[in-house]
Amino acid sequence: MNTKLRRGLRLVRVLLSSQYAYMLEYRAEIALWALSGVLPFIMLGLWSGASGADASNATAELTPLGLDPIALARYFLAVFIVRQFTLVWVIYTFEEDHLQGRLSGYLLQPLAPVWRYVSAHIAEQATRLPFVIALAALFFLLYPAAFWLPSPAALLLAVLAMQLAFALRFLIQFALTTVCFWSERASALERLLFIPYLYLSGLIAPLHLYPEPVRRLALWTPFPYMIAIPAQLLAGEEVDVVASFAVVGCWIAILLPLTLFLWRRGLRKYGAMGA
Amino acid sequence: MLGDAMFGSKMFRRTVVRYWRSLRSFWGAALAAEMEYQINLLIELLATGGNLAGSLFVLSLFYRSGHGLGGWSWEAALVVLGMYTVLDGIASTLLQPNLSTIVGHVQNGSLDYVLLKPIDSQFWLSLRTFSPWGLPGIVLGLVLVVVGAILAGATPSLQDVLLTGLMLICGCLILYSLWFILAATSIWFVKVWNATEVLRSFLAAGRYPISAYPIGLRLFFTVVLPVAFLTTVPAEALLGRASFSWLAASGLVAILSLLASRWFWTFALRFYTSASS
Repeated sequence: MNTKLRRGLRLVRVLLSSQYAYMLEYRAEIALWALSGVLPFIMLGLWSGASGADASNATAELTPLGLDPIALARYFLAVFIVRQFTLVWVIYTFEEDHLQGRLSGYLLQPLAPVWRYVSAHIAEQATRLPFVIALAALFFLLYPAAFWLPSPAALLLAVLAMQLAFALRFLIQFALTTVCFWSERASALERLLFIPYLYLSGLIAPLHLYPEPVRRLALWTPFPYMIAIPAQLLAGEEVDVVASFAVVGCWIAILLPLTLFLWRRGLRKYGAMGA
Repeated sequence: MLGDAMFGSKMFRRTVVRYWRSLRSFWGAALAAEMEYQINLLIELLATGGNLAGSLFVLSLFYRSGHGLGGWSWEAALVVLGMYTVLDGIASTLLQPNLSTIVGHVQNGSLDYVLLKPIDSQFWLSLRTFSPWGLPGIVLGLVLVVVGAILAGATPSLQDVLLTGLMLICGCLILYSLWFILAATSIWFVKVWNATEVLRSFLAAGRYPISAYPIGLRLFFTVVLPVAFLTTVPAEALLGRASFSWLAASGLVAILSLLASRWFWTFALRFYTSASS
């Protein structure tokens, strides 16, 4: 048992360090990806601009909606950070690996291919970290009134919620990824999945601005737990922690067996490209 | 090369005919290839419709609460959103499929073959293929523009409509030039294939009227990244409230950025040394 554990730990270390070295080669691209996540800042501009108070003059006046501009700024910065660490792109890499026949080689190795993709994602998040810190620093420089440091407890909860958000998003996308076994262009499906993610996750507005029925409906879907809930925790807002984690747990309990089932069915279908 | 051919109108006409014929065969082949994936049409229709519904939902969030968007009425804001949807459709139809291949040509060295072709290289790289999957977006966007304009009570004269079309063309040219210049930087930095994604993510700001942003962002989206000319100015032209200075500025920016893209491409090619050297 002990040797098995040690072997597993060594495997994790090797996988992560090799993927990290690989990702460091692409740091320019990863920085650009980080930069392309500007949507939360555009939305912050809209919600704080318009008829409301100007975001750049940091008076604590309320906008006509009763939105506290500083809370708004913190929320959208938190959204930006959460999004950076929960991005999932496995469907694109897997589709390419499948079409180019690299998957056959991975399947021969004594390690389920999914771990290769998980470690690539984690390594990429680690590569992102410095850029995200730099962008957050720039944000505080432009808008010093919004500066805050989350309490250790809030930070711990937020990081945990972010990890769960990443797991949830990865599981959903991986379930779609298995469609690659049946179709050559499965990544087009991700475009469809992205729509409810974009509009229900709280990326475009804090959830409390949604009409009440929509908000309640959204909270039953997995999407707010991918952005809004971790962001609220990070920004130090009140969140029903127990209920949120319970919903996430339920979704993972549904998605995990489903994804495993699809993966096994897909593998049976798999005959390598060109066979 | 194109410039040389412009002397003499007979020569010019022959060149135009030749380029037009090339374009038709390019796009015919592209269409035939894309038709292999018919299920994609369904997915794209769903995606375009879903995205539009989502954008309308976001817009409704601003108006439901009385927050508004920079003094624009809900109906007028619909016109802006429609203009954005049209431009986004054009980007998916022409810009994205063509300009995203430039990096690949530089990386594999196949740009050599492009340069050897007896056709202008910028023309070939910019219009070589087209993807029909952006067309639903263009149609839906136009519908939204018309519906929004009618709801807003706009009574555009023929002149206004023509002006709107002209402003949209200017917007397209500005967008194309920005995109092309970014893609052309891959001659130096091969690994910038997603720089155009950064551009695209900033362009999302054009979904809403430019006056809805705080003053700093408004300046940024007019001077640094001219998003204002892409959607707000055409919408204002249709609603009959565009000022002459904005229209003139849009035309000027379009011409200047097109010239800049041309100049940048010839400049960049001087630094191109093929893949292995």
